[in-house]
Amino acid sequence: MKFSLSWLKEHLKTDASLAVVTDTLTKVGLEVEAVEDRAKQLAPFITAKVVEAAQHPNADKLRVLKIDQGDGTPVQVVCGAPNARAGMIGVFAREGTTIPANGLVLKAGEIRGQASQGMMVSEREMGLSDEHNGIIEMPDGTPIGQPFAPLMGLDDPVIEIAVTPNRPDCLGVSGVARDLAAAEIGDLVSPKPQPVKGTYPCPVTVTLDLDPDLAPAFALRLVRGVKNGPSPEWLQKKLRDVGLRPINALVDVTNFLTVDRARPLHVFDAAKVAGNLVVRRAKAGEQLFALDGKTYALDESMLVIADDKGVESLAGIMGGESTGCTDTTTDVLIESALWDALTIARTGRALGVHSDARHRFERGVDPDFTVPGLELATQLILDLCGGEPSEVVLAGEIPDGRRAIEFPISEVKRLTGLELHPAEIKLTLQRLGFSVSGQGDVLKVAAPSWRPDVHGKADLVEEVVRIVGLDKVMSTPLPKSENITRAVLTPLQKRARIGRRTLAARGLVEAVTWSFVSKAKAEAFGGGKPELALSNPIAADLSDMRPSLLPGLIAAAQKNADRGFPESALFELGQIFLGEGPTDQRIAAAVVRRGTPRHWSGAHAPDAFDAKADALALLASLGLPAERVQTVPGGPAWFHPGRSGTLQLGPQNVFGHFGELHPRVLKELGADGPVIAMEIVLDNLPEPKAKATKAKPALDASGLQPVSRDFAFLVERGVKAADLLKAVLQTDRKLITGADVFDIYEGKGVPEGHKSVAVAVTLQPREKTLTDTEIDAVSAKIVAAVAKATGATLRG
Amino acid sequence: MSDLSQLESSILSDISAAADEAAVEAIRVGALGKKGSISGELAKLGSMSPEERKSFGPAINGLRDRVTAALAERKNVLADAALDARLKAEAVDVTLPVRPSGVEAGRIHPVSQVTEEIAAIFADLGFAIAEGPDVEDDEHNFTALNFPVGHPAREMHDTFFFAPDANGERKVLRTHTSPVQIRTMRAKEPPIRVICPGRTYRNDSDQTHTPMFHQVEGLVIDKSANLGNLKWILEEFAKAFFEVPNVEMRMRPSFFPFTEPSMEVDIRCNRQGSEIRFGEGDDWMEILGCGMVHANVLKNCGLDPDVYQGFAWGMGIDRLAMLKYGMPDLRAFFEADVRWLEHYGFRPLDLPSLIGGLSS
Repeated sequence: MKFSLSWLKEHLKTDASLAVVTDTLTKVGLEVEAVEDRAKQLAPFITAKVVEAAQHPNADKLRVLKIDQGDGTPVQVVCGAPNARAGMIGVFAREGTTIPANGLVLKAGEIRGQASQGMMVSEREMGLSDEHNGIIEMPDGTPIGQPFAPLMGLDDPVIEIAVTPNRPDCLGVSGVARDLAAAEIGDLVSPKPQPVKGTYPCPVTVTLDLDPDLAPAFALRLVRGVKNGPSPEWLQKKLRDVGLRPINALVDVTNFLTVDRARPLHVFDAAKVAGNLVVRRAKAGEQLFALDGKTYALDESMLVIADDKGVESLAGIMGGESTGCTDTTTDVLIESALWDALTIARTGRALGVHSDARHRFERGVDPDFTVPGLELATQLILDLCGGEPSEVVLAGEIPDGRRAIEFPISEVKRLTGLELHPAEIKLTLQRLGFSVSGQGDVLKVAAPSWRPDVHGKADLVEEVVRIVGLDKVMSTPLPKSENITRAVLTPLQKRARIGRRTLAARGLVEAVTWSFVSKAKAEAFGGGKPELALSNPIAADLSDMRPSLLPGLIAAAQKNADRGFPESALFELGQIFLGEGPTDQRIAAAVVRRGTPRHWSGAHAPDAFDAKADALALLASLGLPAERVQTVPGGPAWFHPGRSGTLQLGPQNVFGHFGELHPRVLKELGADGPVIAMEIVLDNLPEPKAKATKAKPALDASGLQPVSRDFAFLVERGVKAADLLKAVLQTDRKLITGADVFDIYEGKGVPEGHKSVAVAVTLQPREKTLTDTEIDAVSAKIVAAVAKATGATLRG
Repeated sequence: MSDLSQLESSILSDISAAADEAAVEAIRVGALGKKGSISGELAKLGSMSPEERKSFGPAINGLRDRVTAALAERKNVLADAALDARLKAEAVDVTLPVRPSGVEAGRIHPVSQVTEEIAAIFADLGFAIAEGPDVEDDEHNFTALNFPVGHPAREMHDTFFFAPDANGERKVLRTHTSPVQIRTMRAKEPPIRVICPGRTYRNDSDQTHTPMFHQVEGLVIDKSANLGNLKWILEEFAKAFFEVPNVEMRMRPSFFPFTEPSMEVDIRCNRQGSEIRFGEGDDWMEILGCGMVHANVLKNCGLDPDVYQGFAWGMGIDRLAMLKYGMPDLRAFFEADVRWLEHYGFRPLDLPSLIGGLSS
């Protein structure tokens, strides 16, 4: 919402400075977005007289001017304007001045050998119009050496405020003035609309042929014998100041009242209207060629004003071209109506029309001002165009939107902590146009017709504090809450936090990638359900909620490689989506590593075991030690079938996967391999068990030295190391405390299709040192158990 | 006697000439071994008369002891020299670069870090952390929050929609974290003090808007929480978060459907180029929206607005990160450019806490 300061002052009698006005606007909730103070911008431009204009010796089209800028020492300026001549008064800019139109700073210099110490400017250079055929000519007798802007009426600052959707009343200058008057920086002096007596009945009738809620009231009157044409300069200037294009007096009047009073109106050229007007729903297939030069296809959800020929206007949004007012209009029908806000909003949205009328109707137009608005418009038209007004016809009736609110004064203190005198509360509401009655602790308050946003007690509290000033609200400590030692984070939140730090400490860099991926990517990673596809994605490749963090990370790693950083170690910890229900979201942690960092100590290309190590480190940090986690060969389809694993606590309790990614999937994603990855769904991890005590069990450390024995088993290639180790450990759970693979060998000396697995076994004696015989006996048991479980033989 | 002294000088000179431990050992065997020269002299003792033994005994024993000592000393000298030589040979170029450790190379994303900073501050003020789903229904995202159906306020949120289900209802991606307010109030009896950090979505994209961003919502519901308390909480937060001793805060009336009265909050700042300093200067920076929870919202959650009251606020986590740590462009947050992540990211053990300071 834009208005000039002088426009505001037609409604607000005030001596307040521009700064006070803008500060107060922001203070009462009408946030000032911009102040265009052209007087300030144009201050360096002064009036000056051309005392001499001589032909430039070296250029046919240039003249050398002597300029008197009022200080008695003429300066020389080289000028190319055809109208530059001795005796004229124009506008001069000294060197060092910034030209508004192009932002250039003037420098003194020479133009084809002649000194030039400034510039005589055109309207276009001043940013005033497109006029550039010559320099600005001021009327004879204009004082010299004066700032140019005030002489041209350009010293009127234009203020732009952000009006929140709850304040349609402030989409009119008069409403803004009312708030400022309530804040006591001036008096509200908006001229009161006076009824204009009609001298004959309105020859056109209006029928409301629809649900009354959709169009409660429609006022219409004819003014005949008008003389249309350009509106006077004061009106044109007002409209230009706020960015509107003057069209003709009749149309300008409606645009003026839209901004002045937040009252949209429409004018029909009565000569072009056939018969009477009907307000109704549009019929499917009807069209309107509207005033913006576009044709709109209408349907039954939209409201129109029609005559015998058909649709002439899109209700509350925009009129039709065929009945629009032009310079030749002599009889004008003025419409002032009320429309259902929701219907206007839907229609505007469906058709994509943004008009000042729609903007106001969909937020709420003051119903009580329907007829007064029409009277104001009539008077202005009579003043500007003459003519003879008919009586007003009013179809429907003005709804009574007044809501009485019981308002305990104590609400102000209850909600804000602010202690105000009851009289101040009462007066503030009254200044805003609320009617206040009743005495004592509970007031009866009725909101004015222009405040559709006020419904309850809290709304009144807001009115009071925003006018009295939120700065009066005193900062008050919130009392300490009880139970200071309880955990603030849920177990899952704690896991996310620790998990993040663990992965970062492994040298991984945390990325945050989009929650949505392309459909193809979602499908490649087990997603792509229709219920997780956006109807209105911002881009085709951000269309489906991600079923996994991996596609985003793989793309990120590839993008970094494309930028020249082929080695990346990225992780993400965030939401994945399994369905659209509120419990279908999971928190996952994923890692992607690609590229081989070269190092003098040897290059190590990341492999499936790095991914496994990342996964196990994460699990261990979350309280799930590696020895509890089962690793099962193979993973989902996006992993290399022979170089991937599934991490679980049994087949019903799978929580993640690791390995090399499938080359085909990488190709589909446009990513170069190999890439290794892991992903764990944190929600799937078992909850930590609540324990009766925080104390840990006593340390059970034997005083006797452990004994280590090495075994080399020859097994078939497909035998899983995990099975072999399990067999070892299960041989004697008390005595055998550790078993680890320290070598894998295939090749010479090992039969084809077999491998040698070297295992170090730790025996921990408890009561006495083991004798060689005892150790041999255990060893034999281990060999037998492993042989039974895996078919292994001891390598000779 | 002169034989012995000759023997001694000969052996001692051999010892000092011995070049390595093997040579020393050979000398030892030659002198003290079973058939050694000194052993041979010692063997003579047995056949000597007591008188001879009296004079010869100490002489030969002395010789044996001196030679033994000389051998040991020479052995030590040679061992030290050998060790020195070995160590010299073992020298490495310690200026060679090492592989960077995980704690050096790893990074925490600023969004995660700032979320933890915020959590640390509010945990101290007695707030719990609540979360809700990103895929929301219209009721939680709008209706329960007092957005009338079709109201222009809904349009201010450029909402992402999913396809309508069989009942014609379409899920949305939550446009703010405020639906978590609703879920919290419906799940828990007051008093309530929670913050709700999370991911939010709007169909909008430019330098300061991305289709996905992060917000944190705050909610306090009890029987007395008022605007003054809200102001205090926000001031305490701003001081702690921006790590400045004072902030000047300005509340401006504004509008949100789910609060009444509603405010936007600016803090005083000093902008110099891309750097912003808080607690000084003549400029104002908008940092959040807030207000007293609307009576309709309380009612929608089954709370009597004449008994319970409270306030809520919402702010952008990414934006707070930008203000505090100076990232110029929001879009870069989600591009996963390793250069950006390494530069603006945090080290793995930079743990924000109130005892250690939020940032290190």
